[in-house]
Amino acid sequence: MSAHTLEKLIYMANQIARNVTHEPDPVAMIADHVHAFWSPRMKDDVFAALGGPEGAALDPVARAALERLAAHAD
Amino acid sequence: MDSERETYRPQPDFGTPEVRGAATVTLNIDGREVSVAAGTTVMRAAAVSGGSIPKLCATDSVKQFGSCRLCLVEIDGMRGTPASCTTLVSEGMKVHTQTKKLEKLRRGVMELYISDHPLDCLTCSANNDCELQDQAAAVGLRDVRYGYEGANNLAQPMDVSNPYFDFDPSKCIVCSRCVRACDEVQGTLALTIEGRGFDSKVSAGLSSDSFLSSECVSCGACVQACPTATLQEKAVKEIGKPERATVTTCAYCGVGCTFRAETRGEEVVRMVPWKDGKANRGHSCVKGRFAWGYAQHQERILSPMIRASIDEPWQEVSWDEAIAHTASELKRITAKYGRNALGGITSSRCTNEETFLVQKLVRAGFGTNNVDTCARVCHSPTGYGLKTTFGTSAGTQDFDSVEDSDVILVIGANPTDGHPVFASRMKRRLRKGAKLIVIDPRRTDLVRSPHIEADYHLPLRPGTNVAVLSALAHVIVTEGLADEAFVRERCDWEEYRHWADFVSLDRNSPEFLEPVTGVPAADLRGAARLFANGGNGAIYYGLGVTEHSQGSSTVMAIANLAMATGNIGRRGVGVNPLRGQNNVQGACDMGSFPHELSGYRHVSDAGARALFEAEWGVRIDPEPGLRIPNMLDAATDGLFKAIYIQGEDILQSDPDTKHVAAGLAAMECVIVQDLFLNETANYAHVFLPGSTFLEKNGTFTNAERRIQPVRKVMEPKNGYEDWQITQLMAQAMGLDWAYTHPREIMDEIARLTPTFAGVSFARLDAEGSLQWPVNHAAPDGSPIMHVDGFVRGKGKFVVTDYVPTDERTGPRFPLLLTTGRILSHYNVGAQTRRTANVVWHPEDLLEIHPTDAENRGIKSGDWVRLASRAGETTLRVTVTDRVAPGVVYTTFHHPVTQANVITTDYSDWATNCPEYKVTAVQVTPSNGPTDWQEEYEAQAARSRRIKGHEGAMEPAE
Repeated sequence: MSAHTLEKLIYMANQIARNVTHEPDPVAMIADHVHAFWSPRMKDDVFAALGGPEGAALDPVARAALERLAAHAD
Repeated sequence: MDSERETYRPQPDFGTPEVRGAATVTLNIDGREVSVAAGTTVMRAAAVSGGSIPKLCATDSVKQFGSCRLCLVEIDGMRGTPASCTTLVSEGMKVHTQTKKLEKLRRGVMELYISDHPLDCLTCSANNDCELQDQAAAVGLRDVRYGYEGANNLAQPMDVSNPYFDFDPSKCIVCSRCVRACDEVQGTLALTIEGRGFDSKVSAGLSSDSFLSSECVSCGACVQACPTATLQEKAVKEIGKPERATVTTCAYCGVGCTFRAETRGEEVVRMVPWKDGKANRGHSCVKGRFAWGYAQHQERILSPMIRASIDEPWQEVSWDEAIAHTASELKRITAKYGRNALGGITSSRCTNEETFLVQKLVRAGFGTNNVDTCARVCHSPTGYGLKTTFGTSAGTQDFDSVEDSDVILVIGANPTDGHPVFASRMKRRLRKGAKLIVIDPRRTDLVRSPHIEADYHLPLRPGTNVAVLSALAHVIVTEGLADEAFVRERCDWEEYRHWADFVSLDRNSPEFLEPVTGVPAADLRGAARLFANGGNGAIYYGLGVTEHSQGSSTVMAIANLAMATGNIGRRGVGVNPLRGQNNVQGACDMGSFPHELSGYRHVSDAGARALFEAEWGVRIDPEPGLRIPNMLDAATDGLFKAIYIQGEDILQSDPDTKHVAAGLAAMECVIVQDLFLNETANYAHVFLPGSTFLEKNGTFTNAERRIQPVRKVMEPKNGYEDWQITQLMAQAMGLDWAYTHPREIMDEIARLTPTFAGVSFARLDAEGSLQWPVNHAAPDGSPIMHVDGFVRGKGKFVVTDYVPTDERTGPRFPLLLTTGRILSHYNVGAQTRRTANVVWHPEDLLEIHPTDAENRGIKSGDWVRLASRAGETTLRVTVTDRVAPGVVYTTFHHPVTQANVITTDYSDWATNCPEYKVTAVQVTPSNGPTDWQEEYEAQAARSRRIKGHEGAMEPAE
């Protein structure tokens, strides 16, 4: 996976986060959304970045959602 | 019903329009007891009961006029001989349509008409298909006592300027049917009668105008209304009178007009709008009516072709060889890279059955959910937004509903260009008094055109739809205009309160947001009050809503507004996405998205999957597949290697052309199935020639959820209907498909899709069309949805906060580019550019405000360089105040423009629908094409070479 693709995935996650701030449970909303619409490879790629330097660009709420989803995936 | 292919005869004409109403009146016509709706004319009552009163100025597409005096009748108890077209029926009325007195009167009238009409019937192109001729026979005219000497109108010059029809004033009887059709049916008011008495003449605008230079939009309503050969299709003159007629559905926009394809041999003579069509009610636009010549265009590819590399010329091969090669490549790639390295794209231009088969091939044959459709780049936010709020990914109304609307709100749509036949319906309602609010950065034609003026035009800054909708909601909630009774009954009250509290915040007020949106707060408040208080409020929207980084939020904000004002669940109201392509709705319904099976059931739904697995005998992946942009990303990463693209041109239509090209170039097997060597085919390894809508059977589903038959008018010139080609591929991949007709595919769709449970070809043939859901709960279909409750149960209010796009103007790119469509062209122009429609729009132009033009030293007609952070192109400009200062606009119908070199990869947060409508750009004077355009042209020319055809005419775009 290229840095460009990962950058885009992180951008997408952050963009979702910015658009669901008024949901009662934004973390659950983001997790549900990514679970429902992203392919397994996209999910795996972004999960893999959670611990790496690229993951630092993640919005905290998006990160929490992805971490929850990653834990669930395990 | 004349839906099957049948011997040609004109459609019945009942003389005056149908009147709908509960009260009926019974009268006696020539001894027959006749019952009709109150308000019906005597002429129509006679016609619907099998009679035929002679007429010339009357036709049932326009209101009665009473000028020709041929339809006179005698009515017991009434003096004289009233015109039957202007006399309404009354209870117990006794009408005589044939008496000696009437015969004499009618013969005298006809004698006058014929005395100034050329008597060239035998050589006239309307011979045997001419109402004047028929009526002369009907009244028994045998002689013209006045002779043919003296002053006459027989030597007037013809106007042949329009590419599709001629105007021959010598044959005109000045019945005004054309003028009235232009006024009443089309609503353009381009035609008039100039002069008086003997000198009266039909004129297109000013006397200096021809039909081509006038405001005429070539919808064909005048041609259809003409009772003589005065206004007639050139094709009839060239080919002759049709011999057969087949009812089918137009393959252009999402209105889904039905036409009678009138043919002679295997040649189409003309496409005439079908009066019984429920989407178009007998009307048409220049595309569907006239622009079908691409089907026979010389650049159409009819032989399959393959090549090992895109640097090589194409090699024509047999179908067997092409299919075997394709299957072998797909198997090789699956073995080497795995099933998820493959994918497919279904087409909104193809039929439901074809689309269903492509996604079935991908899911069942390739073994992956990597299937997407071009709705990704247009209406995917509609699917997401309406499913979330209402529970169904579709519009709520039928087109007839607009007749009961009191306030029409049009946002991000330009229906007079994009959906012209529905626009005419809308304009008719507006002329009768409905109010209009237009929310659009441009002053579209709907804002101000003859007899139409928007009560409010909110010229928002591109990218601020959500802010404008929040401000409208703010006014409605804070001024106590919401329909709380509706909300309490139909929606989740707590969610409503949460939403209402949010929109009531000061930061959502029109005054606070005015600097953001550019919309004057007073206008916005006025529009909100009008929408909330004005009666039945209907919202119509298009790609100006969806193609934004907040496309899905905007759709949900629209749904919120409709629910908050109680405008859902009955005629005259609703949320109405105007779909771009003919079968966008159908392609989405058929399971074309990577996360959904047909009928919008998520692939993680084990119950839904089990149905398909049992029917298809394969396992369906429970995880979503890749969307188009993610397929391209995966390709550039070396992980996605093969794609089957049916009827789409992603290289021209999708954003960020360079990235699309890089993605395609990184694949090992790109299979394009299309009519022409489109732009995407420049990167293809297999080209499978497709068939046109005239050459296949199937169904399309329009923006009203109306499933309509597409019927084969001629044999496919390429040898196969598109669904057959997909089946050949499936069989070569080892699948045991054995469909013999698309009706069997629809039967499978009905078995697997609850909302289509009651749909079959037999029912469509019998009923003309069906609007889904068609099932146990709604056996006759569903013209209006959410009547007694939302599909999801309670309507859901979703808070949609305005989040500015990341695409921002700055010193380098100070202007905002937005894109759109024009009447004469369709989508990427692959079809319409291969017709005479190019006379109206030979190239894409950049609209720029006079102030911005002056600052840059640019005038209309100049070449300019249009640059964004994604790329640059050149095109010519037109200086106009249709666009606001700071905003520029263009269409993307011509590949040479490469407008999508400019658009960026920003997209909707929920669906990745590209943000076509907002790109920060700079415009500077230029001398000609960019290096990229020149390189692109050279690459395209190289890529389109066909072995054995060197030196012959290149099938280039």
